[in-house]
Amino acid sequence: MKKELIELKVNGRRHEVAIEPSKLLLDTLREDLGLTGSKRGCDDSSCGACTIQVDGTPMLSCTMVAASYQCDNGAHEITTVEGVAEHGALAAIQKAYGDWGGSQCGFCTPGFMMTVRALLQRNPEPSDEDIRHSLSGNLCRCTGYTQMYQAIKAAILAEQKGMARGNERTEEE
Amino acid sequence: MSEPKKSEFSVIGKPVALVDSAGKSTGQGKYADDLSAPGMLIGKILHSHLPHALIKKIDASRALALEGVVTVVIGKDAPNTYGILPVGHDETALAVGKVRYVGDNVACVVAESESIAEAALELIDVEYEPLPAWFDPEDSMKSQSNFIHEQRPNNIEKDYHHVFGDPDAGFAVADVVLEGRYIANEVTHAAMEPHCTLAAFEFDSQTGREGRLTVQSSTQVPYYLQHKLSIVLDMPMSQIRVIKPLVGGGFGGKSEIIPLEIIAAVAARKAKAPVKITYTREEVFLAHRGRPRTIIDLKTGVKKDGSITAVAAKVIQDGGAYCSYGVVTILYSGALLGALYDIPNIKYDGFRVLTNKPACGAMRGHGTVNVRFAFESQLDELAGKINMDPVSIRRKNLLKPPCITVNGLRVQSYGLPECIDVVARESKWAERRTKLGKGRGLGMACSHYVSGAASSIIRSDMPHSTVNIKIDRDGGVIVYTGASDIGQGSDTMVAQIAAEVLGCKMNRIKVVAADTDLTPVDIGSYSSRVTFMNGNATMRAAEDIKKRIVAAAAKKLACAPEDVLMRDNIVYKRGVEPVESKSILQKVLGTSPSDKAPTVSGHVEGQILRGSVQQKRKDEGPKERMSFEEAVTSAMDNTGALSGTGSYAPPVEAKGGKHKGGGVGPSPAYSYSAQVADVSVDEETGEVTVHKIWAAHDCGRALNPVSVEGQVIGSVWMGLGQALQEEFVWKDGLLMNPTMLEYKSPSSTESPEIECFIVESIDPEGPFGAKEASEGSLAAAIPAVANAIYDAVGVRMRESPFTPERVLAAIRAKNGQKKIEMTNRVDPTAPHKLREHGGSLWFKGRGPQRHADDPSRKTTAEPVAGD
Repeated sequence: MKKELIELKVNGRRHEVAIEPSKLLLDTLREDLGLTGSKRGCDDSSCGACTIQVDGTPMLSCTMVAASYQCDNGAHEITTVEGVAEHGALAAIQKAYGDWGGSQCGFCTPGFMMTVRALLQRNPEPSDEDIRHSLSGNLCRCTGYTQMYQAIKAAILAEQKGMARGNERTEEE
Repeated sequence: MSEPKKSEFSVIGKPVALVDSAGKSTGQGKYADDLSAPGMLIGKILHSHLPHALIKKIDASRALALEGVVTVVIGKDAPNTYGILPVGHDETALAVGKVRYVGDNVACVVAESESIAEAALELIDVEYEPLPAWFDPEDSMKSQSNFIHEQRPNNIEKDYHHVFGDPDAGFAVADVVLEGRYIANEVTHAAMEPHCTLAAFEFDSQTGREGRLTVQSSTQVPYYLQHKLSIVLDMPMSQIRVIKPLVGGGFGGKSEIIPLEIIAAVAARKAKAPVKITYTREEVFLAHRGRPRTIIDLKTGVKKDGSITAVAAKVIQDGGAYCSYGVVTILYSGALLGALYDIPNIKYDGFRVLTNKPACGAMRGHGTVNVRFAFESQLDELAGKINMDPVSIRRKNLLKPPCITVNGLRVQSYGLPECIDVVARESKWAERRTKLGKGRGLGMACSHYVSGAASSIIRSDMPHSTVNIKIDRDGGVIVYTGASDIGQGSDTMVAQIAAEVLGCKMNRIKVVAADTDLTPVDIGSYSSRVTFMNGNATMRAAEDIKKRIVAAAAKKLACAPEDVLMRDNIVYKRGVEPVESKSILQKVLGTSPSDKAPTVSGHVEGQILRGSVQQKRKDEGPKERMSFEEAVTSAMDNTGALSGTGSYAPPVEAKGGKHKGGGVGPSPAYSYSAQVADVSVDEETGEVTVHKIWAAHDCGRALNPVSVEGQVIGSVWMGLGQALQEEFVWKDGLLMNPTMLEYKSPSSTESPEIECFIVESIDPEGPFGAKEASEGSLAAAIPAVANAIYDAVGVRMRESPFTPERVLAAIRAKNGQKKIEMTNRVDPTAPHKLREHGGSLWFKGRGPQRHADDPSRKTTAEPVAGD
């Protein structure tokens, strides 16, 4: 199939790539942009390991056609797990997943990062039930999810503390 | 999260983040499929659509004609047989002459892109001659012809018959004897990362021809992979380098050689270019190697006081089309009847049977899980018969360690009594059990597991683990370990142990792991052996190198080597305060800014290469303490870089009895687990809801409590999946549910609260007293739920998983209600034989093409009345 040139905006940067029009966004990110953080855990959008954010909404890149998400006047801003860390430091949720055992093998973690990030952007103080439901589209085979809940709560607490200090990044972070 | 006080250690026993966790949460960490190589091609495998057939002809000419296709690999390109067990070399890279299950590997297309390779698969013409296929192990055992492997008559891979003590006499003195058939259906690992292998050859500078092979693969056993590649490719092992990148979960599914690992290497040789193969999720299900469907006929006798007098078990495992770990699995099922309780008489008959389905292998709790389900269920039933509390009957039958069980297993540390106490107390067992009301119940069960096998699967007297440590002038500690981190945290464990022994901080340690060119041999990450064995080897390597540092430091501190202590980057004289109080305060506050060395005289961080400074330090008089770097540099003054090595082999006393098959089961140490499940059953729908599991696990010593809790909770959770919803569904050998959703891997909304309690029995031989933590808790979850269902609604579930249709059928049978015809007359409380999906009807439809004389075709036609 003949390739076409498309323009994607990923993690705040613009990329021009020549791809087959049918190429999936996940494959484009992984193969053409080298952003291998998003994972392929299944082939039918059942596992959530490929979750990315498009304009803030968590979506499954394994069933999205890349050419449909070209950047267009501020629309289709794509964020992948590589764009979660800020100011040269791990985001609170990334740090907390390590500290609290939220990742074991880590293969599902990028997907969870994006899902949790979207949840906390939408609802900074989710209830236990909100958290449980929002994670239900991402599968994990290692943790049984329990330590993820602990991690998410720790991250929320850390964010709130950070806010209270006027968002200053201290040495510890 | 509990944080026990362990002031004697500075690193051990503290919750630390996995050393690779940041790479996992940022996407920087590389798994096999994230790797590529210049000029890399993609391989795609053609799978058989028939369960059992001769291959008459393979014609790949149409595929080869497609633009972008480089080559097509078939069986005769690499006909050497291999298998994970030396007694089970029955696999070839690609089928030679015959396919044995729907999904067997027939050919591999190598092409410029995945889409071209996929298109080319359609263009390969294969001519098959179907053979009768065997799907039910009890039918398969009766076969007289058309064996799946010619060398295995009656399709029996292996059978074992063990008698320990005098079971007949034991049953004779019992007051109550129960017999029952239990069936556990087939489950699989479904690790989140699909298997992937990238294989590349390089040219040999001397000969100018194809030289060394490098394979990067999602594996738990890089050294076994190196060994099997050498067999199949006829290459010396020294010419093969296997590197394990990050692995996205294994659970046993990557603990042997998966076909694509061999196929990728064969394909790279034929295509003369690097080849990567990544399985689709469906292919992962077909590669399988999971827990076999198991039929257990169990008989247990107890006296009125609750003491067990004898156990007899006949176990049939539906092993699939290849041996895989099968011989070991069937032995574990019998061997680990011992070492949990004190059972004086044991009879065991185990049959590992071949069928035309994907091969079963090792899965978390290898071999012990299904038998434990049967045993703990029957023990619960026996307790009821003698009017004894389920907790009391378990307390009654405890071992009295140190001891050797009747089947030759040596037990030293034994935290089971405390595990039982903890979960009984925390779940308020005694107070709540009778007051839960209709449809709700509590169930209890126990389990255990090995901390690695005392004898390796390839017989040898060599150590099971070796670790090297290097410390060079930068003061960095590099640990070279063959341990394969598959997400369980072995790299972190190794770093913790090295840091504790050397008295330095974690961030000084760099772990180089699982690369056959760089790291010493370790037999792999399976049977929960890594912390115990590789941990011990790490400890010995660190002590080896520490000796030299201490000797040099003793001179400077002007004291005896025994009086030199090392902790938190400080080397100091006994009796002297090691650390200024400031850094303790920082630790409490959770801030540990870098590896700031203390302000002691002679500290020369970053300057140790400068001779003048070194000389200055030498001229200083005796002192009371110094930095880690200073001590290391003194030790290096005359020798250059320091290196230490340590290895571990299990002691002879742990190797068990001399009987045939006695090598499987013995372990240097066993972990113990007790669990209570709180469950509701909806009597209208049969739906089982687990509210909570209390799980106590004896892991010896928790080196990293956050990791131990994660492993225990993860095991219990995986057990709940098998208890409630996970199951392979078959139609004439075709797997009907090869996706994550249809297989019903539990999501967050289906996963109950699991509370973990760590019990520390401090094993005398484990590193810092540690033993197994990652598998032992799985098995108890299934019978705990089964027993809770009985407590809730009075039905004994003898076939797992306890799906709504099975539970409802059982409830209606108990109430004498009319049966709802959804399980094809199969009563899950009295399962008679194996049926596709327990005989449920929802998947009825056409299966793959079958041979006219197929015996299992006849048996699946219409159920025999009364069956």
